[in-house]
Amino acid sequence: MNISIQHGRLIDPANGIDSHIDLHIANGVIAGVGQVPDGFSADSHINAGGHIVCPGLIDLRARLREPGGESRATIATETAAAASAGITTLVCPPDPSQPIDTPALVDLIRHRAKQSGHARVLPLGALTQGLAGQQLAEMATLKQAGCVAVSNGLQAVESTRVMRCAMEYAASQGLTVFLHAEDPWLAAGGCAHEGAVSVRLGLAGIPEAAETIAVARELQLIAQTGVRAHFCHLSSARAVRMLARAQYDGLPVSADVAAHQLYLTDMDIGYFDTQCHVRPPLRSQRDREGLREGLKQGTIAAVCSDHQPHGANAKLAPFPASEPGISGLETLLPLTLRLAGEGLLSLPEAIASITQRPAGILDLLAHGEGGTLATGARADVCIFDPEPYWELRADALQSAGHNSPFLGWELKGRVSCTLLAGELTYHTCD
Amino acid sequence: MPEPVTEQDDIEQLIRQMADDLRSRLEAARVRDALMVGIHTGGLWVAERLHTLLGLEQALGELDISFYRDDFSRIGMNPQVRPSRLPVSVAERHIVLVDDILHTGRTIRAAMNELFDYGRPAAITLAVLGERSGRELPIQADVVGRHFDLGEHEHVKLSGPEPLQLSIVEAP
Amino acid sequence: MRRHSLQHDSEGRLHHLLTIEGLKRQQIVDILDTAESFISVGDRQVRKVPLLRGKTVVNLFFEASTRTLTTFELAAKRLSADVLKININTSATVKGESLLDMLHNLEAMQCDMFVVRHADSGAAHLIARHVAPHVSVINAGDGSHAHPTQALLDMFTIRRWKGEFAPLTVAIVGDIKHSRVARSLIHALTTLGVSALRVVAPKTLIPAAVESLGVHVVHDLDAGLRGADVVIMLRLQKERMQGAMLPSEAEYFSTYGLTEEKLALAKPDAIVMHPGPINRGVEIASSVADGAQSVILEQVSNGIAVRMAVMSMTLGRAPAEGEGA
Repeated sequence: MNISIQHGRLIDPANGIDSHIDLHIANGVIAGVGQVPDGFSADSHINAGGHIVCPGLIDLRARLREPGGESRATIATETAAAASAGITTLVCPPDPSQPIDTPALVDLIRHRAKQSGHARVLPLGALTQGLAGQQLAEMATLKQAGCVAVSNGLQAVESTRVMRCAMEYAASQGLTVFLHAEDPWLAAGGCAHEGAVSVRLGLAGIPEAAETIAVARELQLIAQTGVRAHFCHLSSARAVRMLARAQYDGLPVSADVAAHQLYLTDMDIGYFDTQCHVRPPLRSQRDREGLREGLKQGTIAAVCSDHQPHGANAKLAPFPASEPGISGLETLLPLTLRLAGEGLLSLPEAIASITQRPAGILDLLAHGEGGTLATGARADVCIFDPEPYWELRADALQSAGHNSPFLGWELKGRVSCTLLAGELTYHTCD
Repeated sequence: MPEPVTEQDDIEQLIRQMADDLRSRLEAARVRDALMVGIHTGGLWVAERLHTLLGLEQALGELDISFYRDDFSRIGMNPQVRPSRLPVSVAERHIVLVDDILHTGRTIRAAMNELFDYGRPAAITLAVLGERSGRELPIQADVVGRHFDLGEHEHVKLSGPEPLQLSIVEAP
Repeated sequence: MRRHSLQHDSEGRLHHLLTIEGLKRQQIVDILDTAESFISVGDRQVRKVPLLRGKTVVNLFFEASTRTLTTFELAAKRLSADVLKININTSATVKGESLLDMLHNLEAMQCDMFVVRHADSGAAHLIARHVAPHVSVINAGDGSHAHPTQALLDMFTIRRWKGEFAPLTVAIVGDIKHSRVARSLIHALTTLGVSALRVVAPKTLIPAAVESLGVHVVHDLDAGLRGADVVIMLRLQKERMQGAMLPSEAEYFSTYGLTEEKLALAKPDAIVMHPGPINRGVEIASSVADGAQSVILEQVSNGIAVRMAVMSMTLGRAPAEGEGA
């Protein structure tokens, strides 16, 4: 099937393109940019007039709840929600209910994703068996089964020795390690940033040092082991500065930030708004500015949704007893576009932070497997209208999780078509 | 400012007449240690004067009936509620209850309910400075300073404490 | 739709009492004044007023407590309310929908007020957000967050002894970090405008950023007590000895325990308060707890009048717009 996407503004940061040119797709692959390739004839046309055409979005962190948490959400519901939000690739981290420490689990997740056909799901393999932080997971096997990188999820690897070994082993297998930087002892029992809000509300605090101490330890081990590492969802300005220094020193480290961390602070908890219960916690305004600055400077490469769909009950509890997390797939694009609207990033930079740059971290870019619209690359495409304003409403969310602190926010920019390897996975037009 | 309906001197005169009336009643009933209780706020002003004129031995008691109003759930808590103070036990004692204006009778009912929560009095005599039509409960005063004939939307109000002044106001 | 302040109705009157934070000075004074009137009710032959006749008050205690529960129950009964007591086993966690289900069941039984104690901060707010509009919620202690009626009865006690708040120097000594009483006291005392408010404890028991609440942090007990008009001692939970927060009870008593010698550093007419229950010989010496300057027992009896005031003021409102009667 040959498709021509016409009249749109093509923004492809990976190839430095921002102009009104057409995109031609043949057999699921980009066949030509601008000029019609020789011998190409389109079976169908998509009129993208007034819309922006960019690579399909890559979300570095989304919990799909399957297997194990199907009561909350399934791969089918969440990948469909992803498609409606312009996302074509989702990275699924391990967690205790689905530790992704066996090839069978990897197969299951990939199979379910393929079945649903809405988005590609890339599992992160476990770093340690059962995420218990003691025995190394079979990383080489997991890589063979299709894991793009390894991670211990939100579970801490308490032993520095085990972490060192895990990094050494991952480095030997050419695997990137995705890190959640949180000192388990300082964070224990906490549910909010330790500061003026937590003291007022009597909430057990998670100090900034819980993040910076973990970042410091991991940076030392990264330097020693030479592993390529990626810090997930950083929350503090100080950690961003530490990372900038490490990058300056030449360490192979990258980082992402959850979109909500760029907009909310601990003040948004108000009087115990459980929708603002996230992990790592929303921190101070100074931290939020630091994260934004880190994104602008490139210290933080990517923006992710840190999607965690929950049933209604999860948030209907006293703040400390409520489940942390935000259903974030459907706000990833509009919140990222808003960074351009606010002038923090240019529009191509904003788009790069959810396409080209995460593709680079996952090593997809060089293989044309995402984040680029270069000729020959897989035709993962997002088309969106940058102009319309819309209000985020719970009943309009595609995700099974309606937990979002952005409900009621007026957002700008709406996806009209999503193509996964040249197949329409979502469209609002004909 | 509504026109006063009674000159200040007249009020003091009314209270003197009330005191004479009360004195003869108490003597006839052979009451020696009556306890006079004024209802906040206007009743207390009148009671203070009566108390002095009668030269009663027992200190004056005061009642704030806010906790006993029957319209509590409709109009809510009076933010200016003051403590009720009774200097001695009411049990088996003759009480002279004093209020400014007797209208529906509901204030007196509330006051009597409150008095009974302090104990069982031997008897209660009710003295009011003014009385008007509009009774909603079977309550009458024993001693009355003056009777007022009022229209449906008129109310009589006592202002004070110095000087005491009665005026008629239009209420919707 | 969320109201600007959850605990006030559309006319600014107190609908729930969840925290002292956000109460206006005059509102606190009104509560104390009303409580003053209820004190005399306790001295009468019939210790009861008919204010809440026909209303049903439910004491929902998710956390064990004898004294607070008893004083709330007594307060409700002295207001002639019907009182229902529901103790929910703390080990069987009632979470999310089941908690709200229970509330709606109680509402269906025509309950008018929930008095809530819960081990998690924010529990009272959660419940207040989900009850029917005519129901009032009183926070009887939620996690480390707030214990507003305790703070109010302490304000009542202080006012009875000291009159004005403005000239006072107040020292709160002990486990500020985990204390809901401390947080409510700090809000009450800063709202009423004391001249100096000190919190005294080792750093391990002082929460980060506590200065943002308007207090001076003092680590030395002598300095904290010097010239104080009011000394409020907080209970030290024994489990603090485990979490590496304190080395031992003995060392705590010797450095932060209130003894007669230490109390002598405060003003000669200083009063000593404690929200109870007391750990004698841990945070306070028996001779001080039972001494002439102690008003600890008076706090307990004042607690009934203050709770009567809060209950009658929150339930005794003409219904605001949008509330069913």
